[in-house]
Amino acid sequence: MSNQVKTHGIDTSILSSGLKHLRLEDEDICLEVNDLQLHYGEKQALQGINLKIPRKRVTAFIGPSGCGKSTLLRCFNRMNDLVDSARVDGEILLDGEDIYSPDVDISTLRRRVGMVFQRPNPFPKTIYENVAYGLRLQGINKRHILDERVEWALKSAALWGEVNNRLNDSALGLSGGQQQRLVIARAIAIKPEVLLLDEPASALDPISTLKIEELIYELKSDYTIVIVTHNMQQAARVSDYTAFMYMGDMIEYGATDKLFTNPAKKQTEDYITGRYG
Amino acid sequence: MNKTSNNNFKFWWQSGEPWIWLTAGAVSISMVVVFGLLGMIAVRGMSHFWPADIEQMTYQSIDGEQKLIGELIESEFIKRERYLESGLGTVPESQLEVKRWLLKTGNRGILSSDFRWIDDHNIKGRETPDQLIVVERVEWGNFYGYLKQVNQQGELQAEGDAAWTELEQRIQRVTKLRDELKGLEKGDIGAINYQLERLRLKRKSLALKGLDTKDNLAAIDVEEKQLDQDYEQLREKLQKLHHDLERDSAVFVVMDGREITIPLVNVVSVLKPNSMNVFQKLGHYFVAFMNFMSDDPREANTEGGVFPAIFGTVMMVLLMSVLVTPLGVIAALYLREYARQGPMIRLIRIAVNNLAGVPSIVYGVFGLGFFVYFLGGNLDQLFFPGALPAPTFGTPGLMWASLTLSLLTLPVVIVSTEEGLARIPGSLREGSLALGATKFETLWKVVLPMSSPAIMTGLILAVARAAGEVAPLMLVGVVKLAPQLPMDGNAPFMHLERKFMHLGFHIYDVGFQSPNVEAARPLVYATAFLLVLVIVLLNLSAIMLRNHLREKYKALDH
Repeated sequence: MSNQVKTHGIDTSILSSGLKHLRLEDEDICLEVNDLQLHYGEKQALQGINLKIPRKRVTAFIGPSGCGKSTLLRCFNRMNDLVDSARVDGEILLDGEDIYSPDVDISTLRRRVGMVFQRPNPFPKTIYENVAYGLRLQGINKRHILDERVEWALKSAALWGEVNNRLNDSALGLSGGQQQRLVIARAIAIKPEVLLLDEPASALDPISTLKIEELIYELKSDYTIVIVTHNMQQAARVSDYTAFMYMGDMIEYGATDKLFTNPAKKQTEDYITGRYG
Repeated sequence: MNKTSNNNFKFWWQSGEPWIWLTAGAVSISMVVVFGLLGMIAVRGMSHFWPADIEQMTYQSIDGEQKLIGELIESEFIKRERYLESGLGTVPESQLEVKRWLLKTGNRGILSSDFRWIDDHNIKGRETPDQLIVVERVEWGNFYGYLKQVNQQGELQAEGDAAWTELEQRIQRVTKLRDELKGLEKGDIGAINYQLERLRLKRKSLALKGLDTKDNLAAIDVEEKQLDQDYEQLREKLQKLHHDLERDSAVFVVMDGREITIPLVNVVSVLKPNSMNVFQKLGHYFVAFMNFMSDDPREANTEGGVFPAIFGTVMMVLLMSVLVTPLGVIAALYLREYARQGPMIRLIRIAVNNLAGVPSIVYGVFGLGFFVYFLGGNLDQLFFPGALPAPTFGTPGLMWASLTLSLLTLPVVIVSTEEGLARIPGSLREGSLALGATKFETLWKVVLPMSSPAIMTGLILAVARAAGEVAPLMLVGVVKLAPQLPMDGNAPFMHLERKFMHLGFHIYDVGFQSPNVEAARPLVYATAFLLVLVIVLLNLSAIMLRNHLREKYKALDH
C-alpha cells in the first residue's frame, strides 16, 4: 500500500479495509433488506431497497441530504414507528427473521440493534447512570454487575480514562466529543449485535471526530456497524462496504475500495467526485 | 423656531423613548400598588401588637367633667357644621374643623362600651401616669386601671407598691396552672374521650353486624371500665387545678373611681406600658406577636391568636398539593403523550383551560353536592355505619375542602405540565427508546423527571391560588371555630373528616361577623398580613424546590 493511488480525488491509502478484495459473497450476512419501501403519508421516501449488510463489518450509507439514508438506518431498529404517518412495506431480516413481523417485540429488537444519534443526547443523569440506563431497563440492578458493565462499556468506548474519577458527575458536564462517546458506551453496554450510527461525528470538532472514527475501527471486531455520513472521506476511512443512495434509491452498493476507486455507476462517480450533492 | 421644536418632538417620538417611559411607568404603578398594599396591611396589622401608652385625661363632656383612661387609636376631622348639626356639643367660633379621637377605654362589662369618640378641644389635661396598668383578660378584652391590692381567697395579700410584684408572680403561677389544665383537658382527657367514642362506635357497629355476643361486649366493657377509672383520677386532678386557679384575685380602680375585683384566672397578662422603655416594649411586641401566631382564638375570634387558622390553611394547601399533583400530571401525560392529537383532544384542552375560569364558588357548590353529600354520604354508609345518623365524612371537612380546591387548581397543573412535557427534546426520548425502553419507561425515567420543574411551576401557581381561596371553602369545610385541630396525638393522627379553620375565612369572620368591630379591626389586618406571609412562605419553598430540580435536570441546550 505504499504507492498512493489517487483516484477521483479520494486518497485510497486511508481505506480502512486494509486488505483488498472484500467480497460480499464471502461475508456472513447480518441484515438483509428486501424490497423495502417507506412512505411518509403520500410521499415515498424509500423506493424498494435491496441490501445485504455483512456481520462485523462497517457499512456506510452516503448520499446527498434527503436521500433517505437516515430513514433507511432508522428502519433497522424500527425508530420510524414513532412517526405516525410512516408506512413500511417489504422486509428486513435480522439473522433471517423479519423484524417487521407482528410477533417481534420492539424493545427486544432495539436491544439487539443499538443506535447513536447525530447530536450527543446523554440523559441529565450522572455518567454512571447514563451507561447503566439500558442495563437497569433489563432489570439488572446488582451493584457489582452494573459496576463491571459500566467500566467495560466506558473502556470499550475509549472514555474510561477521562471519566473514571468522576462517574457520579452529571453527564452534561462532558464535552461534545466525550458526550458522543458516552452515548456509544451507553449503546454498547447492553451488548447489541448491530450498532447504527447516524452521522455520529457531524456535530463534533476534528479531534473528537478522529477519536470516534478510531473507536468505530475498534468496535467493528465485535459489532456489525452501519454508519450514515455526509463526509465521504469519513466513509472511505472507516467503512468496509459503502452504499450510495440518491432520491430514496440504492444506486450502488459494494466494497468501499471498489466503490470509491472504481464506481460502476455514473451517478456514484459524479457524487464522490463532488460534481453534485 | 417652531419648526425645529416640531422636528425635535418627531425625533423624540421616533427614538422610542416615550414608549420606554410608558412601559416603565406601568411597572412603577404596579410596584407602588403592590408595595402600598403590603405596606398598609403590615403597618396596620403589626402596630396592633405594640404596647401603646395609655393616656389619662380630664374630659369636658356634655354631662360635665370626667376622667377618662384609655388608648388613643385614631383621629379624624369633621366639618364644624356637621359637628353642630349632629348635636355632639359646642365648639369655639374660630374652629372650622373639629378633630375627634377614637379612644379605646376597654373595660368591657364595666363601662357601657369599650370604644368612644371624643373631641380634641374638650380634652383638658393629658398625662401618662406610670402606674396605669393594662390587663389582658381571657374574656371581655383589655382592662385599664390602677392596681389597688392583691387578694388570696378574698384576704388581702399585698397593697401599694408591693402589689405589682406580687401580682406578676401570681399571674405566672396562674399561667402555669392554666397551661397544665389545658394540657390535661386537650391531651389526656381528649384521648380518653376519643377512645370512649371509638368504643361506643364499635359497640354499635357490632350490633349492626349481629356480632354483639357476650364475649365481644365484655371485652368492650372491660376497656370502658378502665377508661372510666382513668377519667375519675383525672377529674380529681382537674378539680384541684380549677380550685387552685380560682385562689387569687386583684382589685383595680377604674377611671370613674369604682373598685373592680378581677379573679386572676381571668387574666392573661398585665403590663405597665407607660413605664416601659422602647426596648422593653420591643420585647413585649415580639412576645405578643408570637402569642398571636401560637394561641387559640378567644372571644368570638376577636382576641387571642390564630394558630388553628394558620395550621388549617397550611394543612389544607399541603393536602391539596398532594392530591392535585398526581392527578394533574397523569392527565397531562395522557393529553400530551398518549392521546392522538386531533379535534377531540383540542376540544378537551380548551375545556381544561376554561375550567380555570369557572368561579370558585361553583366548585364549592360542586364539592358540597358531589364530595360531601354523595361521596361522603356513601362512605359513611359503607365504612362508618356505627356513627350514623351522625355523619363522619358526609359533612364538610378538611378532606373535601382539599379535594375541591385540587379540582379548582387542576387546570393550572395540567397546562404547565403539558408545556413542560412539550419542551423535552425529542432526541432524549429517542435515546431512551433506542436502548429498548418502552414508552412508559421513557416517560417515567427520562421525560417526567426532566419535566419536574414545570410541574413545580404548576404547583406554585396552584398553591398561590388555593391558599387565597375562601368562597368554596365556606361550603366544604371551613368553620369559624374548630374545637380540634385536624391533626393530633390520637391514632390515626390525621383526622381528615374534621372541620378546620382558615386564615382567609378568619379575616372575613373577624372583620364582618364579629360583635365588636372596632376591637377586631387591627386583627383583620394582622390576619391578612399573616395570610400573605403564609402564602409567600409556601411559594418560596416550592420555588426553592423547583430551582433545585432545574439545576438537577437542566435541559440540553439544543
